[in-house]
Amino acid sequence: MAYSAGQLPEAFNLVVATHISLCDECRARLASFDAVGGAVLEECEAAPMSEDSLMATLARLRDAPPEPRRERNSAGTAQAQVRKVFPTPLQDYVGGGLDAVKWRPLGGGVRQAILPTSREARVRLLHIPAGLAVPDHGHRGIELTQVLQGAFRDEHDRFGPGDIEIATEADVHTPVAEPGVDCICLAATDAPLRFSALLPRLAQPFFRI
Amino acid sequence: MDHLKTDPPRAHYRNNVMTSACQIANKPDASPVPPLYARVYGNVRSGEDFAMRQVNGTKEMEWVAQIRRVCDDRDEAAFAELFAHFAPRVKAFLMKSGASSSLAEECAQDVMATVWHKAQLFDPARASVATWIFTIARNRRIDALRKQRRPEPEDLGWGPEPEPDQSEVLGLQQESEKLTKALRQLPEKQRELVEKAYYGELSHTEIAEQTGLPLGTIKSRIRLALERLRHAMAQG
Repeated sequence: MAYSAGQLPEAFNLVVATHISLCDECRARLASFDAVGGAVLEECEAAPMSEDSLMATLARLRDAPPEPRRERNSAGTAQAQVRKVFPTPLQDYVGGGLDAVKWRPLGGGVRQAILPTSREARVRLLHIPAGLAVPDHGHRGIELTQVLQGAFRDEHDRFGPGDIEIATEADVHTPVAEPGVDCICLAATDAPLRFSALLPRLAQPFFRI
Repeated sequence: MDHLKTDPPRAHYRNNVMTSACQIANKPDASPVPPLYARVYGNVRSGEDFAMRQVNGTKEMEWVAQIRRVCDDRDEAAFAELFAHFAPRVKAFLMKSGASSSLAEECAQDVMATVWHKAQLFDPARASVATWIFTIARNRRIDALRKQRRPEPEDLGWGPEPEPDQSEVLGLQQESEKLTKALRQLPEKQRELVEKAYYGELSHTEIAEQTGLPLGTIKSRIRLALERLRHAMAQG
């Protein structure tokens, strides 16, 4: 609902948009929240527009070059492969597919790439080689983790492609990538993580995690 | 209507589905066909619009027809009608979100310009016109007030882009009308909170500060309100 109403920080919006691209059920829920938004708009008491506003808008439309017709299903075969891992909203932020990501090592074989968003919250791509673990950590705020490829397990559950994990302050976990395919996730946080071990804690400021 | 300016009607069906769908469009009672193929195509559209407005005359369906005229014929009179109804509402919505009157006016014009330019992306089987304009206004608000981008979910590909099935369109538009009525019938306090949540820029915490209600109460009232709306929709 907060996404529909447009209230989330940009980093969380990106994760939600990515998730909805992958999940029909949530897409349907979003549609229903949007529908309530439409009804709220319909019920708004009208605020009169200035007299010339329609003419001004029409004049603008006449001046504007015709918009190119956008094809809805433009997925070519070349892009199809990329699309499998990165849905469109994420591709827009990365500036391409998986091979366009500028990975930085995060230690222990794990790599990350922070994506540019507004400062209230951060969002990063994580690459966890198959079978490896991220050091166990807790959360100071909310962490949304969207699995794009591979899968990980923690003490509580297993998350596969398309799944989203929502961790809050109460959760401490050690995510482990499943053997097989390397795990790629999109994770947004609104506060730094709380690592249990000393070494990752010392490294935290450098990796902005 | 200026036929010279008319875009070629839905140029992107090159698929063999088209043939079968056109055949079906000519015999409307071919019911045991999978929904995708049962869709109706452009060449029968205008007559059908007319018939549908006669039968159903609902406001929602009329807006759908206006958008279609904007899309297909670049019809400025249809746009003017949409503008007269929606622009003042968008302006009010933006002002309630904290925009000044002049900023809201400017954004409302932008929103209506977007309606004009993106009319071909409107899908009446998925949203009412009010809902669609709401999503445009919300995104514009984020751009204007926060100077952020708002990532949107990937649009689903539907294979060949068919004209949506008219009964689906009608169903959805009627549902939307019902939803608006249901919202109107919510108890005052619940409705206010739902509206506040959508005017946005107000988190639940901020609503708490404004109204002096405890956060838990707000969350449960909003939940209750959505629950009631759902119930009203299910009852039919």
